[in-house]
Amino acid sequence: MSTTTSTPAARKPASPRFRERVNNLPKAVKILLWVLFAIFLFLLPLLNIPFITTEGSDFGGVLFTVATYVLVALGLNIVVGYAGLLDLGYVGFYAIGAYTIGVLTSEHAHMAWVVVVPIAIVIAMISGIILGAPTLRVRGDYLAIVTLGFGEIVRLTLVNSEWLGGAQGISDIPKPPSFELFEVPSIDWSSGAPVVDLDTTSTFLKFGINDFVPYYWLALGVISLVLLFDILVKSSRVGRAWEATREDEDAAELMGVPTFRFKLLAFALGAAIGGLSGALFATKAGFISPDSFQLLLSILFLAAVVVGGAGNRWGVIVGAIVVSYFPERFREFADFRVLVFGLALMLLAIFRPQGLLPPRRTVRAKRADERQAVLEEGDAHV
Amino acid sequence: MQNLIDNFFAYTITGLTIGAVYALVALGYTLVYGVLRLINFAHSEVFMYGTFAALWVVMLLGGRPGAGVGQVVFWVAMMFVAAMAMSGFIAVLLERVAYRPLRKRNAPPLIALISAIGASFVLAEIMGLRSRITAWVGLDDNLRDYVRNSRNNAGLPTIISPQPIFTIGGYHVTNVDVFVIVGAIAIMVILDQFVKRSRLGRGIRAVAMDPESAALMGVNRDRVIQVTFLVGGVMAGAAAVFYMLKIGITRYDAGFTLGVKAFTAAVLGGIGNLRGALLGGFILGLAENYGSAIVGSQWKDVVAFVLLILILLFRPTGLLGESLGKARA
Repeated sequence: MSTTTSTPAARKPASPRFRERVNNLPKAVKILLWVLFAIFLFLLPLLNIPFITTEGSDFGGVLFTVATYVLVALGLNIVVGYAGLLDLGYVGFYAIGAYTIGVLTSEHAHMAWVVVVPIAIVIAMISGIILGAPTLRVRGDYLAIVTLGFGEIVRLTLVNSEWLGGAQGISDIPKPPSFELFEVPSIDWSSGAPVVDLDTTSTFLKFGINDFVPYYWLALGVISLVLLFDILVKSSRVGRAWEATREDEDAAELMGVPTFRFKLLAFALGAAIGGLSGALFATKAGFISPDSFQLLLSILFLAAVVVGGAGNRWGVIVGAIVVSYFPERFREFADFRVLVFGLALMLLAIFRPQGLLPPRRTVRAKRADERQAVLEEGDAHV
Repeated sequence: MQNLIDNFFAYTITGLTIGAVYALVALGYTLVYGVLRLINFAHSEVFMYGTFAALWVVMLLGGRPGAGVGQVVFWVAMMFVAAMAMSGFIAVLLERVAYRPLRKRNAPPLIALISAIGASFVLAEIMGLRSRITAWVGLDDNLRDYVRNSRNNAGLPTIISPQPIFTIGGYHVTNVDVFVIVGAIAIMVILDQFVKRSRLGRGIRAVAMDPESAALMGVNRDRVIQVTFLVGGVMAGAAAVFYMLKIGITRYDAGFTLGVKAFTAAVLGGIGNLRGALLGGFILGLAENYGSAIVGSQWKDVVAFVLLILILLFRPTGLLGESLGKARA
């Protein structure tokens, strides 16, 4: 924090915490660290790092799954974390996104992938508004069950509607257009030390059926865009309105915040991101059926948000990774993984009730608290 | 539509029997919600354990079709004892393990839901992996019949063979139908009176109305909560027996859909309201059966959820909408 030296009121903690130490780094170093981190994420599926890499299933595919969970968690975080609306039917929007892709590229039309993805986002958003407009006036607890019902309605409609492929679902969803730019070699650890393996490569953005790494890259790109969007929205007037609505709806309304409209906006944005992740999922899988959109998935999504720390975007990313990666990594205990997952949720609820990375209160709220503390206690801590 | 008119009474009776089961399970949701303002997500598993207890006790006693009346009465009575004991025990255990530690730490309400979801997974999976677990402890030889095919359906022998008692509008109402509907209503009347008249019931209402004042008036909150879970569990056990007599098949994940429906029923009637749960259960049972008669049985669950959304839109607090605390003594 560059203001530490300039404002006398700011207190210096005895031992600077990790976060502050990172914040105190020069800007150039920070940018460098971010770039290194981005490169690491980009290469992660090809590094084949021992222990982290899943053995039973293709690591690229697993990373793609993790990435869709991250995307979903970011979307649901807007609804649950920022606006404080408990949504148990988020899988409905995910399904709507996936089925829009399926219907428009394979089942009933053959439109181009790039055209269909925005349509999927818009349709998911509209369905969010249609669901939200009547139900967001309902009390918070009821919203949970209404959204849960919505998720089931979507799934059962998919099962029972022949036009949407019925229980068999939709297959032959085409791949996105490929741009084969360059090849990235992978790393081989079989000799005990890392060796660059030029034979096993992934071509940058060649969307095939054997190599899932390009899909992971695509998802990574989408995540960065959504993250940027998330950061901008959260720090804008809209983000503050959400915060006010979540903390005290009546007070926010009195202060002139049109709470209902902002709740609806959160719902629509969340739905749009959910639809986008569904669209990515359908693209990679090439085949969708109602079975892919069980209610359990909604619960896992919510678990990702709450486990990570609802309201903190980095927290929910961690939560999504925990929820999606560990069951894949420990596939050898496949029969027991749901059991272990359940136990983990219970333990987490008891020992980290705010989530793994609880949301930091906003800078303004913190500053206000500090001012308050200074007024009450004088400059005792300086 | 013609289908509905032709078979109106068949759909009505089926709706009422399944509605009775919904209502009994809904009581568990409503009681806990009334006292703790918490959706007890794992209540569906409490019900599922009840169905297995009912099944196992009949297997243990050698239940078979076509036995004498005295024998059947004994079996059914034992089903109630076993299922109520099992469900009550699971419900109390759930409260101790999944909710009480959170309450002690003043965790936010959302986290209680996560804990409940975790507990629900754990309970369902333990039942789904029971053959593996018995193999670990080395009991699989003795318990083979009980744990066999633990991921598949387990069926109850038809100990009461459905006999038509009377005919209404061309539909033969069977003894099982009558037993389920009358039995469920009787149990609900007993519960209603328990909450209204007994000392513990008064404690439940007091905590539901205002936990802090109740504590100041000397109500032991933890005890009341425990009793609430116990009562909800016992009701789910009774529901499990009726369910097994009527449907006859259970599975480790049987609780889930039924739990969602029962919760829907509770919200429909006005969550936190005992009579609302009864009303909501029957309305939901009837509505989904009538609806499925009109638009096809594959849309049954859709009808149930659409009804829920409509009711909440026009009557956001449910049909009776009164809270447990406001019920008059």
